[in-house]
Amino acid sequence: MPQKYQLSINGLSCAGCVSTVETALNAVEGVVQATVNFAEHTAMVEGDVSVEQLLTAVKNAGYEAAELKDESDTEQKQAAEFAHYRQLLKQAIVAGIAGVPLFGFGMSGFIPSLTSPNGQLIWFGIALVTLFVMVYSGRQFFKGAWHSFRAHNANMDTLIALGTGTAWVYSLVITIAPDVVPTLAQHAYFEAAVIIIALINFGSALEMRARGKTSEAIQRLIQLQPKTARVVRDGKEIDIPLGQIGLGETLRVRPGEQIAVDGDVIDGHSSVDESMLTGEPMHVEKKQGDEVVAGTINVSGTFLYQSKRIGADTVLAKIIQLVRQAQSSKPAIGRIVDKVAAIFVPTVLLIAIVTFLVWFNFSGQLAGQDNVSFAIVTTMTVLIIACPCALGLATPISIMVGVGKAAELGILIRNGEALQGAAKLTTIVLDKTGTITKGQPTVTSLDVIEADSEERLLQLAASLEQGSEHPLASSIVKAAREKELALFEVESFNAVSGKGVVGNINSEQVLLGNSKLMEKYAIDISGIHEQAEQHLQQAETVVYLASAGKLVGIISVSDPIKEDSVKAIKQLHAIGLKVVMLTGDNNKTAEAVASSVGIKHVISDVLPEDKENQVRLLQEKNEVVAMVGDGINDAPALARANIGFAIGTGTDVAIESADITLMSGSLYGVIDAINVSRATIRNIKQNLFGAFIYNSLGIPIAAGLLYPFFMILLNPMIAGGAMAMSSVTVVLNANRLRLMKSGREK
Amino acid sequence: MIIFINIIATSLFVFIIWWFWLSSPKVYKLGTEKSDAKKLDLEKSDSETIDVIVDNGVYTPSHIEVNQGQALTLRFLRKDASLCAEKVIFEDWNLSADLPVERTVELKVPTDEKGEHAFTCQMQMYRGVLNIK
Repeated sequence: MPQKYQLSINGLSCAGCVSTVETALNAVEGVVQATVNFAEHTAMVEGDVSVEQLLTAVKNAGYEAAELKDESDTEQKQAAEFAHYRQLLKQAIVAGIAGVPLFGFGMSGFIPSLTSPNGQLIWFGIALVTLFVMVYSGRQFFKGAWHSFRAHNANMDTLIALGTGTAWVYSLVITIAPDVVPTLAQHAYFEAAVIIIALINFGSALEMRARGKTSEAIQRLIQLQPKTARVVRDGKEIDIPLGQIGLGETLRVRPGEQIAVDGDVIDGHSSVDESMLTGEPMHVEKKQGDEVVAGTINVSGTFLYQSKRIGADTVLAKIIQLVRQAQSSKPAIGRIVDKVAAIFVPTVLLIAIVTFLVWFNFSGQLAGQDNVSFAIVTTMTVLIIACPCALGLATPISIMVGVGKAAELGILIRNGEALQGAAKLTTIVLDKTGTITKGQPTVTSLDVIEADSEERLLQLAASLEQGSEHPLASSIVKAAREKELALFEVESFNAVSGKGVVGNINSEQVLLGNSKLMEKYAIDISGIHEQAEQHLQQAETVVYLASAGKLVGIISVSDPIKEDSVKAIKQLHAIGLKVVMLTGDNNKTAEAVASSVGIKHVISDVLPEDKENQVRLLQEKNEVVAMVGDGINDAPALARANIGFAIGTGTDVAIESADITLMSGSLYGVIDAINVSRATIRNIKQNLFGAFIYNSLGIPIAAGLLYPFFMILLNPMIAGGAMAMSSVTVVLNANRLRLMKSGREK
Repeated sequence: MIIFINIIATSLFVFIIWWFWLSSPKVYKLGTEKSDAKKLDLEKSDSETIDVIVDNGVYTPSHIEVNQGQALTLRFLRKDASLCAEKVIFEDWNLSADLPVERTVELKVPTDEKGEHAFTCQMQMYRGVLNIK
C-alpha cells in the first residue's frame, strides 16, 4: 500500500542540494514520487517503501533527515476507543431491555404453555425478538467465533457464541416442536441468551473504561509534547504544528511553556522542570550550550534553542518507545499462562461435551427435572462461565500499569524479565563515584613537602591529567585552570591501571597516583603520611605526586555525597536488602564514605576491570545481585549482575544501556524500581491466582458437580455475570498499582 | 434418539480435538500464494511484505511460512476496535507493535531462527504462527 511520508532534511544549502536529495529519494525502489521543498527544508515522498529506506538514502547522499509525523494518532485512538465503548454500552442496553422483562415474565409464573397454539405463537414472537437482539448486540461474538473456527482457533467469542447460540437454538426447537423432548424439558432459554449477551457487553464496556486508566502513564508521556511550537523563520516568530519542525531550526520558549523538540540553548538562560521525565523534583539550570529535551517545561526565563532531534529521535520519543515495548513484554511467570491460554478454549469445549454426555446419560431422576434440559443448562453454563480473558489479561495488564507507574517515577524498565528479576534481588552493589556521591569531585587541599610550592604540585599534576576524562583528573585540571596555571607538555605518557599515571615533563619522570604507584616506583611517602591519613579519614581521596624520584606532595580530592543517599540507603536496608559499596578508592576513603552513608559492606581498591569479577563472586555466594552504576564505565559489571541499573544525571542518560535506567540520578530510584517490581509481580500473582481459582472452581460448579451432594446448580445468567466481572476484577486489581508512592515521599 | 444424540456429541468431541489440535490450517507462504487479506481490499503484498488483517478475532492470514533468512515485513491492518486487538506481540523476540484502528503498521520480523513462532494479542485471543523453515 503506497504511503506518504514527510521528511525534514538538514544540510540543504542550495538549490543543487534539492536535486541531489530528490534524485536520491526517487532512486529508492518503490518510491512513486519524491519532491523536496527548499524553503521548508522538507521532502514529501510517496511510495511503497519504509521510512528507514528513505532516511538511509538521504544519509548516503550526505544529508541528515528525520520523519515529520502526524501527531493526531493519540486523539484518533481515543476517539475510536470511545466510539467502541459507546457501541458496547448500546448493545448491552438493547439486550438488557429485551432480556430483563422476559426474565421477569418467566419469574412471575405467567409463562405461556409451549404446547398450546397461542402460547407457541407468543414464544415464536419472543424467538424473533431475541434473534434480532442477538444479531444486533451479539453479532461480534458470532462473527469472531466463525472466523476463529475457520482459522482452527477458538477464543472467548467461541464460548459466548456457542453458549448463547445453543440456548437460542434449543429454545427454538422446543418452540416449534415441543414434543421432541419430554414434558419436563420443555423450557425455553431465550431470555438467558440475551441477558448473557447484555452482561458480557456491559462487562466489556466497563473493562474498556478501566483499561483506559491502565495506559494513563504512557498517555501522559505522549501528552508532554505540545501540539505547536514557536519557530523563528526569517527573523519572524511563528507558531507551527509540532510535526513541521525541522532539524536545525531556531525555536523560542517562554516561561511556563513546554519544550517541543530536543535541542541546544543558543541564547538566554532559564531553569527547566525535568521532573516529568526524570522524577527529580529540582529544577535544572539551562544556559547557552546546554541541552534541553522535548516534554520538559521551561519554568522561569525565555530562551532560544536550536532543534537537533525531532520526531521519533527525541529522548521523550525513545522513552515512550521503550515503555511501550516493555509494557508488551512478559516475565517468565506470564509465559506459563500463555501455554494454558493456548489450549484453554478447546479444552472447555471438550469439558462442555463431557458435561452434556454425563448429564444426558446418567442423571436419571437425580436432577428432579428432565435430563435433556439439565444437560443443556449445564453445558450452556460451562461454556459461559469459562473466562479465558481473565487468564489472558492477568499478566499483561499488571505489567502495563507497573511499567507505566515506574516511568512516571523516572524509572525505565527494559522488559518483563527485568521487572521479575528486580523483585527477587537480595544484594545491591553501589558504585561509589556518581552513584553514592555526586561524581563531581573538587580539589579540597594541597599538601607539599618543604621547599616545593603548591602551584608546582598542581601544575605538574594537571599537566599529566589534561587528556583524561576521569572525574578525579578533571577536578585537578579544573583547579589548575582556576589558578590560571600554564600546563606543560607531557611525553611518554602511560596509564597504570588502578594505580595512576606516569609521564615525562621537561625530561623528568613525573608520577601521579595512589600509594601503590609510589610503592611500585619506590618513592618514600613517609614524610607526608600524617596529613594523608587525616584526609583519608575525612572521606577524601588522596593523590600522590612525585617528580624525579622524589615525592612533591599530595592533592586531596573530595566528592560530595548526594543529598538523599543516606536516607535512600537506609530504606534499601529497611526493605531487606544487603547493600555493598564497590570502589576503586583505597580502603580508608571507602570506609569513611561508607560509614557516613550507613553501608557496612565495602569492597575497595577494585580495578575497573575487576568490578565484574566482584559481582560474580557475590553471585557465587547465592546472592541475587543488582549493580548500580553510570552505565558506561560499569558496563561489564552491569551486564554481569542479575539486574543492571544505569543511574543517570537527568535526561542525558543512555536509556538503552541497562535492564533498568534511573533517570533522576537519585538512589531513591533503586528503591522505587524494586518496590514497583515487587508490587507488580505480587499483583500478577494475585490476578493469576484469582483467574485460575475462578475457572477451576467455576467450571466444575457450572458442570453441576455440586448438584449430587448439595443440590447446587448455577444459573447460566449468573455465570454470564460472573464471567463479565472476572476480567473487570483483574483490571481493577491491576489499577491499584497506580496508587504507589515514591520512596522519597515516605 | 438417545443413541443418535450420543453419537453426535462423541463425534463432536473427536472433531474438536482433530480441528483445533491435529489438523493444519491453511498456510500462507511468502511469495507463492495469495493472501486472504487481499479480499479485504489491501494492495498486493510484495515479495517481502505480507498484509495481515486484524479483525473478528483472527489474524488473516494466521499461519505464515517463510524460509530462514528471508527478509520479512508484516503489515498489519487492524479493523477490530476492541482493546484485545490493540497490540501484536512476538513473544520469542520481545517484539511488539501498537495497532491503531484502520491504520497499517509495518513490523520487520527476524527470520534467522528456525521453528514456529507465535504472534498474539496481549490476551492470546488473537493467535497466529510464523513458521520459519
